[in-house]
Amino acid sequence: MSKRTFRVWRGDAEGGRFVEYNVEVGPGMVILDALHRIQAEQSPDLAVRWNCKAGKCGSCSMEVNGKPRLSCMTRISDYEPEQIITVQPLKTFPIIRDLVTDVSWNFEQNKRIPPFRPKAPGPDGKLRMWQEDVDRIQEFRKCIECFLCQDVCHVLRDHEKKQNFVGPRFIMRIASLEMHPLDTVDRIPQTLREFGSGWCNITRCCTEVCPEHINITDNAIIPTKERVVDRFYDPVAMLTRKIRGEDPARAREEGKVP
Amino acid sequence: MVDVREIKTVEHDVLIIGAGGAGLRAAIECSNAGLDTAVLTKSLLGKAHTVMAEGGMAAAMGNVDPRDNWKVHFRDTMRGGKFLNQWRMAELHAKQAPDRVRELEEWGAVFDRTPDGLINQRNFGGHRFPRLAHVGDRTGLELIRTLQDHAVHKGRLQVYMECKALRLLKDGDRMAGCVAVWRETGRFLIVRAKAVIMATGGGGRAWRVTSNSWEYSGDGLTMAYDAGAELMDVEFTQFHPTGMVWPPSVRGTLVTEGVRGEGGILKNNKGERFMFRYIPERFAPETADTEEEAARWLAGDKNARRPPELLTRDVVARAIKAEVEAGRGSPHGGAFLDIASQRTAEDIKRKLPSMYHQFKELAELDITKEPMEVGPTLHYFMGGIRVDPDTQASTTVPGLFACGEAAAGLHGANRLGGNSLSDLIVFGRLAGLGAADYIKGVSELPALDEDQVRDAIRWATSFLNRESGENPYVIHEDLQELMQTKVGIIRNATELSQALEGIAELRKRAENAKAHAASQYNPGWHEAMDLHSLLTTAEAVARAALTREESRGAHTREDFEGEREEWGKVNIVLRKLDDGSMEVRKLERDEPPEELAKIAFATIEDLEAGRV
Ligand SMILES: Cc1cc2nc3c(=O)[nH]c(=O)nc-3n(C[C@H](O)[C@H](O)[C@H](O)COP(=O)(O)OP(=O)(O)OC[C@H]3O[C@@H](n4cnc5c(N)ncnc54)[C@H](O)[C@@H]3O)c2cc1C
Ligand code: SF4
Ligand code: SF4
Ligand code: FES
Repeated sequence: MSKRTFRVWRGDAEGGRFVEYNVEVGPGMVILDALHRIQAEQSPDLAVRWNCKAGKCGSCSMEVNGKPRLSCMTRISDYEPEQIITVQPLKTFPIIRDLVTDVSWNFEQNKRIPPFRPKAPGPDGKLRMWQEDVDRIQEFRKCIECFLCQDVCHVLRDHEKKQNFVGPRFIMRIASLEMHPLDTVDRIPQTLREFGSGWCNITRCCTEVCPEHINITDNAIIPTKERVVDRFYDPVAMLTRKIRGEDPARAREEGKVP
Repeated sequence: MVDVREIKTVEHDVLIIGAGGAGLRAAIECSNAGLDTAVLTKSLLGKAHTVMAEGGMAAAMGNVDPRDNWKVHFRDTMRGGKFLNQWRMAELHAKQAPDRVRELEEWGAVFDRTPDGLINQRNFGGHRFPRLAHVGDRTGLELIRTLQDHAVHKGRLQVYMECKALRLLKDGDRMAGCVAVWRETGRFLIVRAKAVIMATGGGGRAWRVTSNSWEYSGDGLTMAYDAGAELMDVEFTQFHPTGMVWPPSVRGTLVTEGVRGEGGILKNNKGERFMFRYIPERFAPETADTEEEAARWLAGDKNARRPPELLTRDVVARAIKAEVEAGRGSPHGGAFLDIASQRTAEDIKRKLPSMYHQFKELAELDITKEPMEVGPTLHYFMGGIRVDPDTQASTTVPGLFACGEAAAGLHGANRLGGNSLSDLIVFGRLAGLGAADYIKGVSELPALDEDQVRDAIRWATSFLNRESGENPYVIHEDLQELMQTKVGIIRNATELSQALEGIAELRKRAENAKAHAASQYNPGWHEAMDLHSLLTTAEAVARAALTREESRGAHTREDFEGEREEWGKVNIVLRKLDDGSMEVRKLERDEPPEELAKIAFATIEDLEAGRV
């Protein structure tokens, strides 16, 4: 056991400040453990959102020393012993209290996306899909909706632009539907016009913070932009296409390569 | 004095408390029936416990082994539950699960595939055939996201997030809705409805070492019990054999049974594969008795019997405890779970990605190279609200329904892994249909009794208003310690009585708990309110456990060893009496329908040869 200092942001929508807490830390403890210890011993009203404490639910998102992290999967020992650890709420979303932000905007974006509508089953009455065809969307479906990618995306950080762009999480959700082997809906025109795929300029910040290590930008966003470009004009996607060449999976689907 | 008219009131046809798999599936069914539907959840949408489920969802689709069918699944479920399950529920579950899983696929779920493009199925403890539809080791996430994405496009379905139900409201005997509180603002909300479906999950947070999250404070069981519903089978609390034991901050976090399903073996500190020594008589004919046979099974030999690591959870949990107590445990008091020697690193990362990730990040251990340390963790409530098998209606309160982990009956004395996720979708749907049917006979919204509302609010705000009082976190910790030591895997009358005394003491302290005055997003306040649920649930478990004088399934009494015939004929039912005390009653079980009894007691050879 040793003592460590945490600077935790306390406050609400009106304003707030950092408060320092000294906490006993033991082996294997994560940031969320330290916050729980503060709740139990010093400030029972410290607001923190969490559920699973195992990186599975995406509730405990916050910024630790300026980086978007899941607090339940961030070990205290990852920080130098003398370093003060600063914990603050996500910046992109309105603050409710302390470390808890109002992420309801994300749920609204999800509602706007036209739902899955499957093909009719085969002659034997069964739906068939092959593993190699679903590997890619299974990667996207690992998403735990922690919204760390949404937090870090500069388009959304700039609050004015939120109405233009649904953000990486939901472009990826569109990708997972568009690439679903059984889906029949066309969401591409809306992806450009309403969901704002053109706003993404492929900085890859979202991919860097994803706790599920999903390759959001390269595997979901760029191929989606490609599909948009096939029908409409998107300068950024045009440029990357020149650099990267065709999206291979897309080419395979269209029968261009075996 | 609280002015009830100033509290926001909303009106719906049906109120569903809980947005896990069970609640969402019920909501979809209610919406399909044209009902105006409200869903309340303590956390954000998509974060309920269901999201944590790893291994899979049991349904006898026969995609991997065509010999599987509902009868074998039914037989496995009854045997796993030590024949204390409700026959009809086990039958409905086994018959309907395959359709419910296929329906998820029509709603966009993407399960792992077989080589011919169908939903893949994996082996799990107690299941005769590979039966669990799965997505790597994140099946619960796939389930909840599919239901969530489907539900948000449904008409007349409103989700109230981070809104906690405090108390049920009644109009005479029947349900009238609930009083709730928003976590964000601390404001109260009255939800009036013609029927209420309880889908709140279990109460594992009363124990110290548990795989459950803070949400599992037994609210649903307690609200229903306080409103007059019966609870059943609550002595059966499942200790999952493999929780993490190190480091201390993650003690209890689940290690999926999928590890053993994929071939993982258990060893003690002498390197012995000890499970061979713990095979119960009932399962001996169907369990491998040599390492050689177990290895053949893993390699896919259909004539080989299953390795003993895949025995039911109660058996494996007790075996690990016994090994540790005999001094053969791992350094931190568990057993070694080894998959590294059984599968290639690549296979492990593909089949068990989140376990790989979990150990790497939280324990700095590479499961493709080293064994994990595991030990029992409180995981699941087989018991819950007593319901009618076909409609999921409470046996005593008209208009109240329950489904998922909050309801009792399907699992009997012990649940098989994978049978919960399928339970949620089968009985979630039936609860929705049951409520819709009930509502047809309710023309007007039941009346609102303002006194009940005032009473609930007075109670809730008392924690904020009192000048001084005890820290609720400390009371909760004391309860966890008490349940861990006195109502654990192995129980006896002395300790259970001590537990009951301890709970009574804690109740007095809980009534005087004090929360910091702010009501907005104040976890300390919610902790103080949760104590009532935690203590009621804990008392129910301890009372039922003290009453059942035998050892069966997840309930083990060292002072009453082995199953006793007379206890196989009764379920234990609890009810709140008018004086506030808890009545414990033995309920005689119905004779099973002849057809079902034949299947359940058949030998596996007869069943497979179609002779039953
Ligand atoms: C780590 C882990 C792994 C598991 N793996 C498997 C598996 O592989 N296969 C399997 O079959 N089962 C598994 N289980 C068990 C299974 O996940 C659960 O039993 C199941 O998900 C319970 O679902 P539910 O819908 O009944 O409740 P939950 O999903 O827990 O949902 C409960 C809901 O009720 C809400 N709620 C509770 N109280 C209130 C209140 N007072 N007011 C408002 N809302 C409230 C909560 O917010 C939540 O939305 C696992 C469990 C755990 C913990
Ligand atoms: S890659 Fe696109 S979506 Fe991702 S952070 Fe950058 S701009 Fe935002
Ligand atoms: S894509 Fe990754 S970072 Fe974004 S919400 Fe999903 S899990 Fe979180
Ligand atoms: S608490 Fe679930 S991801 Fe951190």
